[in-house]
Amino acid sequence: MSLDLHAAAPPEPGPPRAARHTRSRAASLTRLDLKYSPYLYVLPFFVIFAVFGVYPIAYTVWIALTDRSPLNSTISFVGMDNFVELITEDPQFWNAVVNTFGMFLLSTVPQLLLALMLANALNRKLRAQTFFRMAIAMPIITSTAVVALIFSMIYAKDFGLVNWLLDSVGLDPIDWRANRFASWFAISTMVDWRWVGYNALIYLAAMQSISKDMYEAAALDGASRRRQFWSITVPQLRPTIIFTLIISTIGGLQLFTEPLLFTSGSGGLSGGSEGQFQTITMYLLDVMNQRFRWGYAGAVALVLFVLIALMSAINYLLARRISSDK
Amino acid sequence: MSVPIRRRRFAAIALASVVVLGTTAACGDDSDSSGSDGGPVTLVVDVFGDQGFGYEELYKQYEAEHPNVKIQERGKGLGLGDYNTRLTQQITAGSGAGDVVALEEGTIVQFYAQADKFVNLADHGANDLKGNFLPWKWEQGTTPDGKVLGLGTDVGSMALCYRSDLFKAAGLPTDREQVGALWPTWDEFIAAGQKFAAADKNHKFVDSATNFYNVVLMQVAGQGTGYTYYDKSNKMVIDQNPDVKTAYDLTTKMIAAGLSNNLQSFSNEWNAGFKNGTFATIACPAWMTGVIKGQAGDAAAGKWDIAKAPGAGGNWGGSFLGVPKSSKHQKEAAELAKFLTSAKGQIGAYKAVGNLPSNPQALTDPAVADSTNDYFSKAPVGKIFAAGATDLKPVYLGPKNNAVRTAVENSLRAVEQGKSADEQWQAALKNGAAAGK
Repeated sequence: MSLDLHAAAPPEPGPPRAARHTRSRAASLTRLDLKYSPYLYVLPFFVIFAVFGVYPIAYTVWIALTDRSPLNSTISFVGMDNFVELITEDPQFWNAVVNTFGMFLLSTVPQLLLALMLANALNRKLRAQTFFRMAIAMPIITSTAVVALIFSMIYAKDFGLVNWLLDSVGLDPIDWRANRFASWFAISTMVDWRWVGYNALIYLAAMQSISKDMYEAAALDGASRRRQFWSITVPQLRPTIIFTLIISTIGGLQLFTEPLLFTSGSGGLSGGSEGQFQTITMYLLDVMNQRFRWGYAGAVALVLFVLIALMSAINYLLARRISSDK
Repeated sequence: MSVPIRRRRFAAIALASVVVLGTTAACGDDSDSSGSDGGPVTLVVDVFGDQGFGYEELYKQYEAEHPNVKIQERGKGLGLGDYNTRLTQQITAGSGAGDVVALEEGTIVQFYAQADKFVNLADHGANDLKGNFLPWKWEQGTTPDGKVLGLGTDVGSMALCYRSDLFKAAGLPTDREQVGALWPTWDEFIAAGQKFAAADKNHKFVDSATNFYNVVLMQVAGQGTGYTYYDKSNKMVIDQNPDVKTAYDLTTKMIAAGLSNNLQSFSNEWNAGFKNGTFATIACPAWMTGVIKGQAGDAAAGKWDIAKAPGAGGNWGGSFLGVPKSSKHQKEAAELAKFLTSAKGQIGAYKAVGNLPSNPQALTDPAVADSTNDYFSKAPVGKIFAAGATDLKPVYLGPKNNAVRTAVENSLRAVEQGKSADEQWQAALKNGAAAGK
């Protein structure tokens, strides 16, 4: 602000012409500085965003309108053909959409509920509180590939732990990769094992900012712990729940590593012999790297983008109703 | 006045950092551009597969003979699918690929369309070497308009590997001549399998449907149409080529007879199957001997043996070495590729990992022709494989061969999982056509 005043001060009388000239130039530079340098400071972010965010998306749009492929020597513009084919005559794509949403529901709903309960439990006075809080966060720092490999062994058909347990209680072993629902279940457990702790930690942090007075008042009025949880904790967590829902939606609809590594050996991108657990991102890579249809893969990517945006919006609207606007 | 100066300086730094950020992207890849004129040269060789290509000794030899050349290999342990994906991206982007790259039989056709991104090895005197390769191998490495894209390394001549200890326990013959006589045709192979299954409930006869299928298909197509999913004009003919259906039907017959161990090829379970000895035979292109030895390990030495494959000979697999145009040392890289694919180079690789030479001189060389494999009960592998290689009829593979093959393999896996063979054939046709689009 002081600079502003300085710049606006009237020129002193009778300075030499040259000096006055420098002076006013300095002033106008100052004005320029004030006006534009804030933009310059935020520029690095936007440059990086443009290079790694806007440009790839714009380029994907362009590619999706062509028949680009390393196998074609010429690239021709095909307009909406890729999208039309994808939406109207590609059962494999819709199979992948069904799988993705199926696994998304099967993993996200229990994941967030479990996280909420875990966080609630950890929010009380406990022995070795820090230990438990650390422990639930451990799975996040393990690599997804390792998780997937270990779970693949647990769910192995012939020598797997789960089938061994089933066998020991007299049930038939399950071929986890052959049966669609079994494979979804197996993959969902991988996702949940990894992400429940992360969400619990976020909920826990939010819970600690809820004022204790509310609970005390509720307790005085005779509200049970259960009642306190649903009537105070959950409504107070609304913004946090919306955040975790949107993050889970984005992650869930882009599910890739777990189902990919669920198949060991050749043909992993197919997601099972009949595509039982092929997700949209796996199909995207299948189209791009096995079939070399880059233009078509671009269209898959954009449709996925639209689906995620839609789902996030729906989740947002649903989550807003949690506290029923009291 | 001091405030604006400091601010201005800060602005300058911010601007500078933006400029730097912008320009670093432009100068990513210009390491060791020196050397194409006599100085030290580092050549990167890209290969794939758990066993690699067995070139380690040859590199040492080449480096000793060419003191200015250093060789670095990448890709050992990488599966063909991942390798090929990466290579396709590198070739399309025009940077990142090695100086010498391996191109597999099933994928080289895809690179015909990008032949302008590869050095035409004919410019480096490759045409003089034509006589050093089996004619059909040379043809596969050459684009339709006559550019030499890659020089042949090995061929996947076929035999059948079997566990003689399991054969003995099941009351089947164990001598490799007699075993070969058990199965003049694939139908008789399945009959032998049924006999085995009746005597031995703890082991399966065949490792997986897909391995069986690929070997049968390449053999049947070699004898029949000479192509598989695409005809020679690259038209999709999966639903018209009788050879594909023949191989599919034979495979589902084998599955129905309960002979398959249902292991996904190249998976952890498949590898464990070798170690635990859960199956008695595996269709064996020459390169498979290296895989068996690597996976089954020393514990199984002497238990495996090799017999003639059912049906007439065939080929599955085998590779080429090409030089991408992105190489900064194209001349040196071409020389190295020529060395590695020479008779001497191929014999070296054969000794290291059992990849059968594609060079007629190397095939008749005593080092190959008279060779025995200690791991496989001293089987005369040179004679068994080389006999198949010389009178082979080549099979033409289309540009998206691997994608279509995966679709058919998935159907066969579904049949292994208990689905109907007829319904899965329809699925294979539909998915295969979609994959090849």
